[in-house]
Amino acid sequence: MELLTAEFFQRALIGGALIAITSPLLGLFLVLRRLAMIGDTLSHVSIAGVALGFLINVYPVAVGLVFAIIASFGIEALRRRYRSFAELSIAIIMSGGIALASLLFTVGKGYNLDVNSYLFGSIYTLDNTDILIIAIVTVIVLGIVLALKKELFLLTFDEDAASVSGLPVRYFNILVSILTALVISASIKIVGALLVSALLTIPAACSLVLSKSFRQSIVLVVVIGEAAVVFGLWMAGVWNLAPGGTIVLLLIAILLASLAMSRKIRV
Amino acid sequence: MRNDHLSNVPSCHQEIVTLDNVSYSYGSQQVLSGVDFVARERDFIGLIGSNGAGKTTLLRMIVGLIKPVSGEIRLFGTPMSRFKDWQLIGYVPQRNHFNPLFPATVREVVLSGLYGRRKLFKRMTKEDHIRAEDALNTMKIRDLAEKRIGELSGGQQQRVFLARALINNPKLLILDEPMSGIDTETQNNFFNLLLHMHNRHNITFLMVSHDMEMVRSYLGETPKSTSGKLSFHVRHSHDLEDCVETDLLHSLRKEG
Repeated sequence: MELLTAEFFQRALIGGALIAITSPLLGLFLVLRRLAMIGDTLSHVSIAGVALGFLINVYPVAVGLVFAIIASFGIEALRRRYRSFAELSIAIIMSGGIALASLLFTVGKGYNLDVNSYLFGSIYTLDNTDILIIAIVTVIVLGIVLALKKELFLLTFDEDAASVSGLPVRYFNILVSILTALVISASIKIVGALLVSALLTIPAACSLVLSKSFRQSIVLVVVIGEAAVVFGLWMAGVWNLAPGGTIVLLLIAILLASLAMSRKIRV
Repeated sequence: MRNDHLSNVPSCHQEIVTLDNVSYSYGSQQVLSGVDFVARERDFIGLIGSNGAGKTTLLRMIVGLIKPVSGEIRLFGTPMSRFKDWQLIGYVPQRNHFNPLFPATVREVVLSGLYGRRKLFKRMTKEDHIRAEDALNTMKIRDLAEKRIGELSGGQQQRVFLARALINNPKLLILDEPMSGIDTETQNNFFNLLLHMHNRHNITFLMVSHDMEMVRSYLGETPKSTSGKLSFHVRHSHDLEDCVETDLLHSLRKEG
């Protein structure tokens, strides 16, 4: 168990455990609003921001965050134009993000552009700044989601009823977008842009078939997220596997188990 | 055409919804033009029209989801832009507008009727939970309280949404195509329940429906007014003393 005392591994565990609270929690609301793909989109746009950060020599995660927030406004604006085609807005912004990223990659050729660690994650290279940022993001997201739990439930279940009850639905949507951008930017270095959406969506997918109530699903997504990240990191460390990929495959295994279990319960 | 047919009603019959020359268009396509209508306290209004007649658009304007291109809407006498008393309005959506896999129990859905601007950053109190219990009992869905909303039949779901709308003791109940996707017998039961409430309680109904036959048979053959392809059928309730304030849930329960 040398691994557990290694400082880089401890940082990985702390960072992973924090992201495993916020990502699935926010992901639950996104999935239920049929915005499951938003994670993919924002992470791809974020990567464009990261590349730009390297080029202009600014902390890449911060530039990625700014890009993700701008993109989330774009998605929300398009979503209102194409009311019943939420996925359309997501697809458009995603292509835009990839296009911009590939452009910046070519511009950045010859610079020391360490993009791979952001595409596939490099949880073992988290430094203290990264941990600090992840911790701040966790506190903000957790605080806001818990404070507005009721309102987010109503908004997610029935957006029209939320409007009729006098809630400022537009501001809530913007808030959710910004929180999503925050969580994604913070988790890119852990699971990588290509896998970010797994941590957002798969725990929610499990809870859709397992939980009876909304209260239960909130608890369940966080438990599943934590289990996958902590066990995944440990397995990856012991057998020398890619940590991001291990976490995601573990999530998929949990999903398959959930599906099998729910079938047994129903029949 | 102005609606001055109600000029003789007692003064306590407040204007609940007022449409004053309301128009709406999507781009260059005019959907509603110059709609005038007044819903007074304790009216039961059936708004019918074929698909594309602008029912949904009108309803979305009345609950403030979209703004008219011209004209004015007043709720309880207050212009829409200044209206804040949203708890006076209960809203029953189309049955099929939520995801059947949504992990929420009947109790959670009913309780969410209390959420809103007033409860922002506030916790649910013991009284709130008792109120949810009352709503469940009144709509006879107490046994289903812990079930997932998606597991219920169409008629049961409709009762859940009615319970959610009634939990605030609303003065105006807005129903958007409440009968779609449920069988005729359940539709009749549901309509009778609404009429029962209408007869005995101080509550105004505004129901949008494409089922002209059903609305005509319950609310009267001839519309009070028409506007374009929309017609407003109105039923008044008679056997209630004027202007009594009652708590809907509690008195409904007493009646059993």
